[in-house]
Amino acid sequence: MAKSLRIIPEKCTGCMQCELACSWVQTGMFQPSRSLIRVNIFDEQASYAPYTCFQCDEAWCMTACPVNAISIDADTGAKVVGDANCVGCGLCTIACPFGTVFYNPDTQKAFKCDLCDGNPACAVACPTGAIEYTESESADWLGGWAEKVNESYLTSIEGGNAA
Amino acid sequence: MSNGGWTGTILRVDLTTGRISKEPLNMDWAKSFVGGRGLAARYLYEEMDPAADALGPDNKMIFATGPMTGTNASTSSRYMVVTKGALTNAITTSNSGGHWGPELKFAGYDMLIVEGRAPVPSYISICDDDVRICSAEHLWGKTVWETDDIVREESGQHDTVVTCIGPAGENLVRFAAIVNDRHRAAGRSGVGAVMGSKNLKAIAVRGTGGVPIADPQKFMSAMWEMKSKLVEHPVTGEGLAAYGTAVLVNIINESGALPTNNHQVSQLEGADNISGETLADTRLVANKACFGCTIACGRVSQLPGEAQDKFTVTTRPHNWKIAVEGPEYENAWAMGADCGINDLDALIKANAMCNELGMDPISFGATLAAAMELYETGAVSDEQTGMPLNFGSGEALVAMTEKAAYREGFGDELAEGSKRMTAKFNRPEFFMGVRGQEFPAYDARAIQGMGLGYATSNRGACHLKSYTVAPEILGIPEKMDPAVTEGKAEITKIFQDATCTVDASGLCLFLTFGVGLDEIQPQLEAVTGISYTVPELLEVGERVWNIERMWNQRAGFTGKDDTLPKRLLEEPIPDGPTKGEVNRLGEMLPEYYEIRGWNAEGEPTKEKLASLGLA
Repeated sequence: MAKSLRIIPEKCTGCMQCELACSWVQTGMFQPSRSLIRVNIFDEQASYAPYTCFQCDEAWCMTACPVNAISIDADTGAKVVGDANCVGCGLCTIACPFGTVFYNPDTQKAFKCDLCDGNPACAVACPTGAIEYTESESADWLGGWAEKVNESYLTSIEGGNAA
Repeated sequence: MSNGGWTGTILRVDLTTGRISKEPLNMDWAKSFVGGRGLAARYLYEEMDPAADALGPDNKMIFATGPMTGTNASTSSRYMVVTKGALTNAITTSNSGGHWGPELKFAGYDMLIVEGRAPVPSYISICDDDVRICSAEHLWGKTVWETDDIVREESGQHDTVVTCIGPAGENLVRFAAIVNDRHRAAGRSGVGAVMGSKNLKAIAVRGTGGVPIADPQKFMSAMWEMKSKLVEHPVTGEGLAAYGTAVLVNIINESGALPTNNHQVSQLEGADNISGETLADTRLVANKACFGCTIACGRVSQLPGEAQDKFTVTTRPHNWKIAVEGPEYENAWAMGADCGINDLDALIKANAMCNELGMDPISFGATLAAAMELYETGAVSDEQTGMPLNFGSGEALVAMTEKAAYREGFGDELAEGSKRMTAKFNRPEFFMGVRGQEFPAYDARAIQGMGLGYATSNRGACHLKSYTVAPEILGIPEKMDPAVTEGKAEITKIFQDATCTVDASGLCLFLTFGVGLDEIQPQLEAVTGISYTVPELLEVGERVWNIERMWNQRAGFTGKDDTLPKRLLEEPIPDGPTKGEVNRLGEMLPEYYEIRGWNAEGEPTKEKLASLGLA
């Protein structure tokens, strides 16, 4: 079984420690605009959702890359951008259906979560256990979550109409 | 020179001329005043005449971050609004968390200095180097939440962070707040009215830069050490996370120190109904953290169906179906206990409206409490108030929240704050505060040290300038007897100075429940690359306290203002565990002046100022 990043939004307080930690890895500064994990805050719903690449099996970023700059790390299974090959065309950022591959204007290359070589800084930094790096059957935890969110959204709309 | 923490740049916007300029930070001042509250006080002291009209164009507003702001040190979210308070006419230092302070730092600025008055309603838009003054004519009249939505939309960037005023600030309500991230406020002393007087509706910031650290290795180890201590401490690791600041309601009530019915008594019947515990059991939907905070004391609550229609609110019924932040302890006290109200739903509604309309719930609640005493003693009539203002009326609270923000009917009297309001109705003795600012949630008759802290607080009565509740009630770091005056002068000075230092660093004062300057010192040193010892950091705080004091002297304040209302000095608490107590300020104040190195009139001596480098 491989390890994967699991995010439990119910535990997130929106503190941004994951963004700070990730940006430190990327730039050596505290610079959330360069973080590869992003926390979305939905105030009216009291929902805070960290969001990053979950290393999906389809990996459209790899498929889209015209210069084969994205490869799979043998140890972690992470899809990793090779800086030496990346030409900064940005196709992978468009191909990713989850919006978790980014273009870095400083380096003029694509960058995405590489699981920090097996010790993700975001999971280490999270003070509430909302981000875990754990063994799991499938990295595809996001599907189940999306379904759940969708369900509760539909319920809330129906509930709203009834009221 | 420093290679971390500070960005080294100040942004200055003159609203009168429209001139926008960037200038290098004075690094000598940065070293000796650190940042935030301290550095801003230094600039304000240098640049503005303290006698100027608080609501005139000569007042300046400084929005200041500290060197720790925007780092991953826990509670690194803070920024300070330093200006002449519209409520107090004293220097004020209003602190807020959320995301705005870090975003200003990421945009490349330690501080924003706002001067003058815009000819038409305007807002400032900052996106890294690109700074503009934009028209806000279409925003005038909008609530905080509407403004937040519209300005973010106009910026075209999802991550833009907005701080703004609501109708209360536009209407120059004396206790109007500046609110960022919809629910985080630089709340007290009327900083929102100052912003309103400048025709400045909002400041939007997007920053893509970073905060560098001078000594990363040292910083990371000190940062983790402080975080672990915060987790292990029962207050920062458990109490605040589980119940928010309102965990204090039952503790302070049982101590006989919860001012009730405008400080007439010091215990509220049914206080548990508005406690953090009850909130957690019945209305809490999430804990929310400010940027970088590992404590997460913020509460998010939501009214269930049956409670949504309680109390009359004329506008925006949609708001009662969504999650809103609060209530926190101070708000629960001011609009709750001080008004004799123990209905949590009334507090949730009134608190949300204060955020939405941009108003300080402490001064508003305390002013309403004074109005209720005016009403119950017959000093104001039903005709004047427009509705019954009895202690305990949630209906009156919710209705008056809206009326005060819009200055409608009797709300126009409330909007002046309780000092001006009680004077107008010939009952100045009903004003419960210092330097024009209403007390926060601790009865100074029951906690002697808080009386000294309130009386000498530079920005008027405030719980965040020397929180001796920690030793006197909570036993942090060591238990002191709240009923004695001995030793209180000394502890008050230490707490005031240490608090100035925390406020200058960019960190949140709440972390001092669990840690102190010993933990902050190595982080600050590692972030800035400048060596500070703990005694030097305390001296930074003392320097800040004294420069604020000198600013106030120039504004016309003297030692005679270091006092408390007659009720606290002469009317004993009538009942409960603290029955018979008054505040014995006279036993503490002379000793305090002496320890401060001030003369008998409360003026800093030349020797003291020279030793602090302020002569």
